[in-house]
Amino acid sequence: MIRAFRILSGNPLSLLGLCLVALVVLVALLAPWIAPFPTHNGAVVDFAFANQEPSPRNWMGTDLVGRDIFSRVLYAYQVSLFLGLVVLAIAPPIGAMIGLLAGYMGGWTESVLMRIVDVFLSIPPLVLAIAMMGVLEPTLTNAMLAVTVMWWPWYARLVYSIARSEREEGYVLAAEVIGASTVHIAFREILPNCLPAIITKMTLDMGFVIIIASSLSFLGLGVQPPTPDLGSMVAEGARYLPDSWWLTVFPGLAILVVVFGFNLLGDGLREVLGVNQ
Amino acid sequence: MSLLSIQNLTKTFGAGQMAVRAIDGVSFDVREGECLAIVGESGSGKTTLANMIMGILSQTSGLITFDGKPLGARRSPGQRRAIQLVQQNPLSSLNPKRSIGASVRLGLDTYNIGPKSARWNSVERALEAVGLPTEMRKRAPSALSGGQRQRVSIARALACSPRLLVLDEPTSALDVLVQARVLRLLNNLRTDLGLTYVFITHDLAVVRNIADRVAVFQSGKLVEIDDTSQIFTDPQQPYTRSLIGTVPVVDAEELTLRDKLAGQT
Repeated sequence: MIRAFRILSGNPLSLLGLCLVALVVLVALLAPWIAPFPTHNGAVVDFAFANQEPSPRNWMGTDLVGRDIFSRVLYAYQVSLFLGLVVLAIAPPIGAMIGLLAGYMGGWTESVLMRIVDVFLSIPPLVLAIAMMGVLEPTLTNAMLAVTVMWWPWYARLVYSIARSEREEGYVLAAEVIGASTVHIAFREILPNCLPAIITKMTLDMGFVIIIASSLSFLGLGVQPPTPDLGSMVAEGARYLPDSWWLTVFPGLAILVVVFGFNLLGDGLREVLGVNQ
Repeated sequence: MSLLSIQNLTKTFGAGQMAVRAIDGVSFDVREGECLAIVGESGSGKTTLANMIMGILSQTSGLITFDGKPLGARRSPGQRRAIQLVQQNPLSSLNPKRSIGASVRLGLDTYNIGPKSARWNSVERALEAVGLPTEMRKRAPSALSGGQRQRVSIARALACSPRLLVLDEPTSALDVLVQARVLRLLNNLRTDLGLTYVFITHDLAVVRNIADRVAVFQSGKLVEIDDTSQIFTDPQQPYTRSLIGTVPVVDAEELTLRDKLAGQT
């Protein structure tokens, strides 16, 4: 843990990533206390201050109905991080399990499982999510479901390729001749050797999941108003560019900061965990 | 009394014209308590034979019997447990993400040997038996040297309390000093625990040290099998003779050369 931190802090970019991620998580958690206008989280109208440019009162300006954009960005981070965490709590275990079984067992198990994975991977991810959201009601839960469905096959691929090379290792043979069960060999022997790569990918993916979820809400298929969401804030403001630039630029920058942070952190972790991809 | 009996064993890889006979009609017995060395150059089928004894490969034809019962494609837990393997490469044979103790414990958990509470204790005793400190059970393989890892591999096999140990070039990846120590350990374990060894190697110096009998293989066929002293002093087959002829021997001329070189420095 100390060693990990030393390597991370040895690389200025990874350290920057760690700081950005820590900052975003912190402001998201503390949003109810640090937001200048906590009530602007929901359906509040204050036309006296509608569509105002950044000022000491509203650091990022106000939106079309007079809500403080800074406050809404803080709350939108809550939604984005929550969505990312849920997707990355569900997709990697499912993908890893399928990849592990396919990679270790081989034979027809491998053929069946990996062809299913290939089918999912051959559909452009955003198209799959949009198609799903077209059928389902646009809610936060369904957005998470859609992103999860498009996300697990990448983990299946990753773990599959590692498991396939690990199964040739002597320690797998040793466990086999001792007579250990398939479940033991897959989950206790091979899986621990896949974890560094999985954790690295999860960190990198946090940013991508947030982008995809923002894209969905940009298209009006994700989180619905009045819940603040970075993607829908950008979409809403885009019509008023370039005059009311603050409507779009600040939520856009907020997306950039969180994605950039997770990507830098992910690259740093890759080094710490010794994953080479 | 033979513990392992191999009759007319054949293994073919591939089919039709491309078929290769890796093991070709081989028959021999391994006596209880002996160390039988299997020697031959690379590609002579030594490892294929080991893999068939271990049940990793199935034979094309022929019969392997262990303790009077045939070893089929599906082995009983008792049969599996009784035959254990020590691999050649100590770097890959231990899981880098599991502790030494967890690796050694695997056999105990697989066969439910002893009560759960006593298993770490058994692991420590297995480590002691191979001359490693018991604290080592919490270490990762990366903290160990090649020789120590090979001892762990041996401890892992011993934890199953096997009767037959198949050693697939267990010392060839180690340097000479460590090699000698591991060989001494193996020799002691065999007498102490009454084990039987099938010792696969291409190193005839090792054979001389440890084997009671030697089986010489050439391109999948058993050329000659006899007592070690007989093989080294009076080999019957031309191939055996040429194999023994390859052992580097320090003769008088070389000795004087060595002394000259030593004098220069």
